[in-house]
Amino acid sequence: MSTITLVGQPVTVELKNDLAITGVLVSVDQFLNIKLDNIKVVDEERYPHMLAVKNCFIRGSVVRYVQLPAPSVDTALLQDAARRERQQPATGARK
Amino acid sequence: MSDQLRSLVDHPVFVYLTDGRTLVGQLMGYDQAANVILGKTHERIFSSTEAMKTVPIGVYVIRGETIALIGELDEELDEQADYDNMMVEPLDPVAL
Repeated sequence: MSTITLVGQPVTVELKNDLAITGVLVSVDQFLNIKLDNIKVVDEERYPHMLAVKNCFIRGSVVRYVQLPAPSVDTALLQDAARRERQQPATGARK
Repeated sequence: MSDQLRSLVDHPVFVYLTDGRTLVGQLMGYDQAANVILGKTHERIFSSTEAMKTVPIGVYVIRGETIALIGELDEELDEQADYDNMMVEPLDPVAL
């Protein structure tokens, strides 16, 4: 679980009410609270309310998805980690 | 979380509540649950039939649970924004 390596990458955060905000990832904490810089609401025409906001803090509890830039995600590494976890469910995973 | 809000203290902020209301004010303080204190608070009431209205409501203590987003308000952009002609539906509430 290292979204931390995505700091500095552009991500799109979709809230549970469908509002989507794109920005550069600044930080994430254990609650999935997210800080974004240089933000833009994806549908600005419909949601111009925040056009004077350039950076923001999003509460983790309202986040539905975080869309990551595909090239920044190492799928091979993820698959490998998932496979290894399945073989040794005792290490780390509590299920 | 507390560290994430530190940089906004004493700055003008835009707060989007989970019920869809929007407030602007000065961030006076916060804690680890993202409860915040806003000073010089104004509620911004958006409507699709009339211009945005600003209602002064003083000092507000807001429970973290009810906050969806806190943004730093860029005062220059905020002054340029044409709120008098911005007739839009209020932001949607966020169901938790």
